[in-house]
Amino acid sequence: MPDASAPPAGNDATAHSVSSPEGEIEIGRLSKVFGAGATAFRALDGVSLAIRRGEFFTLLGPSGCGKTTLLRLIAGFEQPSSGTLRIGGQEVAGLGPNRRPVNTVFQNYALFPHMSVADNIGFGLRMLGRRRAEVQSATAEMLRLVRMEELADRRPGEISGGQQQRVALARALAPRPRVLLLDEPLSALDLKLRKEMQSELKRLQAETGITFVFVTHDQEEALTMSDRIAVMNAGRILQTGSPEEIYNHPADRFVADFIGDTNFLEVELLEVAAAGARIRLPGGAALPANLPAGPAPAAGSCVTVVIRPEHARLADADGALAGTVERSVFFGTDTHVHLRLDDGSSFTLRRQNSAAAGPAPDPGSRVGIALAEGALQLLRN
Amino acid sequence: MARTGFSITRLPGFGAIAIATFLMLYIPILTLVVFSFNAQASMSQWGGFSLQWYEAAYNNRQVRDVSIRSLWLAVVASGIATAVATLAALGTTRTSRFPGQTMIYALINQPLMVPEIVTGVALLIFFAAIKVQTGYTGMGYLVAAHTAFCIPFAYLPIKARLETMDLTLERAAADLYATSFQAFRHITLPLLMPGILAGFMLGFVISLDTVVITEFVKSAGQDTLPTYMLGQLRRQVTPEMNAIATLFLLLSLCAVTVFFLLSRKRA
Ligand SMILES: Nc1ncnc2c1ncn2[C@@H]1O[C@H](COP(=O)(O)OP(=O)(O)OP(=O)(O)O)[C@@H](O)[C@H]1O
Ligand SMILES: [Mg+2]
Repeated sequence: MPDASAPPAGNDATAHSVSSPEGEIEIGRLSKVFGAGATAFRALDGVSLAIRRGEFFTLLGPSGCGKTTLLRLIAGFEQPSSGTLRIGGQEVAGLGPNRRPVNTVFQNYALFPHMSVADNIGFGLRMLGRRRAEVQSATAEMLRLVRMEELADRRPGEISGGQQQRVALARALAPRPRVLLLDEPLSALDLKLRKEMQSELKRLQAETGITFVFVTHDQEEALTMSDRIAVMNAGRILQTGSPEEIYNHPADRFVADFIGDTNFLEVELLEVAAAGARIRLPGGAALPANLPAGPAPAAGSCVTVVIRPEHARLADADGALAGTVERSVFFGTDTHVHLRLDDGSSFTLRRQNSAAAGPAPDPGSRVGIALAEGALQLLRN
Repeated sequence: MARTGFSITRLPGFGAIAIATFLMLYIPILTLVVFSFNAQASMSQWGGFSLQWYEAAYNNRQVRDVSIRSLWLAVVASGIATAVATLAALGTTRTSRFPGQTMIYALINQPLMVPEIVTGVALLIFFAAIKVQTGYTGMGYLVAAHTAFCIPFAYLPIKARLETMDLTLERAAADLYATSFQAFRHITLPLLMPGILAGFMLGFVISLDTVVITEFVKSAGQDTLPTYMLGQLRRQVTPEMNAIATLFLLLSLCAVTVFFLLSRKRA
């Protein structure tokens, strides 16, 4: 990556060369409080994160959990109440958005309505004082990258929503920022366009090598697009990890519940070892379970385990768990079977619909449940 | 629409009142315009079509002088007022709410609330003292008085436009390395331009039209078109006045039309 063309970080354009290759953005115990006194609201509460150079990093969480606030702190539109924020190794506290090597793709695109598509894309470079020829060639390259060459002279009001989205991307990428921030950029698009733009975003990220920080509350989008995900709730980060880690080894009840369908079971913890734990299921079967990151709960206590529906299958009455079928819901390629376990808790599993599988079990019939190896994930309590 | 609902248009006499109101509004003006083309020197008897009163007005040195003075004053006063109003509008919409903000609105809009005659008398006394002290008797007093009077009229359309403007545009500019001045210069100002022009046109029409304040503030030989017309009417009335008034009306209509076109235009 040509570092000389990177936008300035603070006063000294070359100051970022001291950064470690790992931490493109390093956030330490960052908090943001809105208002004061009785009406004070803690939108971010001691958030710590390290985002690596060149990765596609996603902030995932329900509405109001502080995703936009975190993004606005990184971009410089808001100043943190406490904590540290380093971009490319440089502390950016107190720097305005125009002094940070970070660009934003706004949710409503925020294209300048009085400028052509090309002038929108070249705006950042013009503000950086680049020469006209350089601005023009960079604009042309960006237009090609987002496949908008034919519409370069149109105004934003004269192109479609999907095209505006591409222009907003090109405008933010043109100055070659260290980090691109995207706040739910796809939420205004219909499903088909959304799928298209998802792969478009991945392609752009691969071609430019720029670190993407992507905000969404759509768990499927997060799982399919990200290198790593941070799951947030109520101003805190609950878990950070690859999509597989987050999905298969949720550390927290909220994370497990927020991502994918989940079964929770209250079980007895028999023993804890370095490799894993052994637990006793309600039916009496003792099975190994994966431990969550962090301090393990004490043996003998009552803990919660997570079982994904696809890790369980119907078996004869001799499975690890047993229960009664309540109802089956047909979903095309598979059927969701809702069961009531003998201890009273509910359980859902997925059954592939194939000619060999035969018909779904009738409501009221007793069935056993077999669990795949490694299906049990212990939660942090 | 609900068929059984209350509708003001179906009250008895609604149509008649509307028509009567329009007649009362426009018949006097129509009469004035029609008699400006009268071949006779009468305001009540029609003696055939003629452009002689327009010719007379055109050849009247005094009419030309006061017209030019009125236009000059309106352009200068409205220009200054628009610049001040733009800053005031930015200051009251682009900052977080501060204590005393309502007070500031009241202060900016003072000319809308204080009766013109009070302002006129106050300015007369105040400027008289300054004239005695400095000996200056130029157009400065009229410019100052008209500017102050025009500010709220210029302020309102500019503020309205700023309030509907998408704030994320300025944020996006800052994100793309624009300093606050560059963001203003390249984003806010171009998008605000229709509001600024509308504010200018409104101030222009107000300045052109105001009689009371001018009457109190002007020194000898500083008549504007309205005060000149008022002075003439006290002596003798010929259709020449009608011709001047018709031209004046035309000018105002043009300015107001431009104002409407600009304020309707959306970015
Ligand atoms: N300027 C502000 N003043 C007061 N409270 C604010 C302000 N900005 C955000 N908040 C509050 O902070 C919390 C987090 O807001 P934020 O916009 O970061 O949520 P989000 O995770 O982006 O949600 P969404 O998915 O709905 O966009 C919300 O409860 C919000 O009401
Ligand atoms: Mg948000």
